[in-house]
Amino acid sequence: MSDVYVLGVDMIKFGRFPDRTVPNIGAEAALMALDDAGLTIKDMQAMYCGNLGQANAMVGQRILQEIGQTGIPVVNCANACATGATAFREAWMSIKAGIYDVVLAVGVEQMGKGLLGGAGGGDGIPKEGLLGSGTMPCVFAEAGMEHSKDHGTTFEQFAKISVKNHHHSTMNPKAMYQIETPLDVVMNAEMISYPNTKLMCSVNVDGSAAAVLVSEKKAKELGMGRAVRVKASALASDPFTDRDLVMPDVNACTRLAAEQAYEMAGVGPEDINLVELHDCFATAEMLHYENLGLCKDGDAGKMIDEGHVELGGKVPVNVSGGLLSKGHPLGATGIANIYEVCTHLRGEAGERQVEGARLGMTHVIGLGTACGIHILEKV
Amino acid sequence: MSEKSLPAVSYLKIPDKGDPYLEGHKCGKCGAVFLGERSVCSKCFSRDKISAIKLEETGVLHSFSVVYRSFPGIDVPYVSAIVDLDGGGTVKGNLINIEPDPEKIDFGMKVKLTYQDALGRKDKEGNSYLSYFFEPA
Repeated sequence: MSDVYVLGVDMIKFGRFPDRTVPNIGAEAALMALDDAGLTIKDMQAMYCGNLGQANAMVGQRILQEIGQTGIPVVNCANACATGATAFREAWMSIKAGIYDVVLAVGVEQMGKGLLGGAGGGDGIPKEGLLGSGTMPCVFAEAGMEHSKDHGTTFEQFAKISVKNHHHSTMNPKAMYQIETPLDVVMNAEMISYPNTKLMCSVNVDGSAAAVLVSEKKAKELGMGRAVRVKASALASDPFTDRDLVMPDVNACTRLAAEQAYEMAGVGPEDINLVELHDCFATAEMLHYENLGLCKDGDAGKMIDEGHVELGGKVPVNVSGGLLSKGHPLGATGIANIYEVCTHLRGEAGERQVEGARLGMTHVIGLGTACGIHILEKV
Repeated sequence: MSEKSLPAVSYLKIPDKGDPYLEGHKCGKCGAVFLGERSVCSKCFSRDKISAIKLEETGVLHSFSVVYRSFPGIDVPYVSAIVDLDGGGTVKGNLINIEPDPEKIDFGMKVKLTYQDALGRKDKEGNSYLSYFFEPA
């Protein structure tokens, strides 16, 4: 089977674009990725499009209606917060399978503001605030509190993650925000769901990201100069765990996908130079240090306390600013984090460049549950 | 409109005689306990081994959050709790009769179920609902 390469990849600066349409926002990133690859829509043999909010509305085809209707097959994907990664992985699989040599993957979302989630729908009466809370800040707070219970992790340690990611975002012009948020500011921000304050919740933004994936044959033909090798692609659903159906288990699903990704890539966590992981809430990032094997179980608090996950540390995490500050347009996030890692592997990340980066990992997890992990390698 | 309160969720049972209780569905092969009816076990995949059981009234607090912001119209703060029931089954609900202060809530604390009106919430037809809550045991 052919190795698969990212030849072009880009994202728009995340923000709020209420006057634009979803396809229009997606089209912008698609064109940027094509330009980055030095190709045109005429060169694409298929398109995989990730979007959640309009999952039944043919977003991929509507993007082509804005940038070029060539008649190629289009698949629209929805997989919660793993939507973008799923579209990317479908594109990767189509090349792995030998069906295509040049494929476009796009992720796009228009979000609006406000709380996501909510307990129980359906008949009868609203369940939110009656049977606990199904809001995302609460669900991920409960997951974080499980870590506090087992390992004594503190509110302050969770808050430090937000300080770090906001700091990183000051070096990323494509992030929604570029604002320093000192520890006292994070901890004294409005408490949403303990221990997640408002600054420890990801930012709902509009955004898009896209990638052009090619076969090895095509990469050699077009020039490998800035190509990035997709060393592993893994996607897992939630394996049965005792509480999973009541309390979504983001840990087991991530561990399963991580194990598969490391095995496919033939590398271990110690080989990874940077990670873009799913910090939808500060509590979530803490869990994934361990889930991705970046440290031993129980040592996640030390990872943040000792600076190992900061730019310049042993394994910088979310140097883009992460979902906490770069923003989290659900369907775009999985490709936006691939853009970030590729940018470092290409040595083009400017002020926030992870020096000497050779291997990077991206991770997203959508409740329900889907976890997508990619390992990318400098060529 | 029903004269009696209706159950807020399908797994809350209100018998004609006797007290309300939570119903679980237990796999006869592997022992996994689920909320809601099903015929296949998602843990061990066996079919037609699931039977209804009455869940125990007591359990321990596994995890929680204190919710300070919810959707408009929802009273805050409140404690959203994940409880492992004695005898199997995990249930999520509000933990009441305790100060909603993270410092004052202990992991592993013993809690028990209590059944009360669903915070005055009514459906479109004006029906009242009975719900379940946890309180310190």
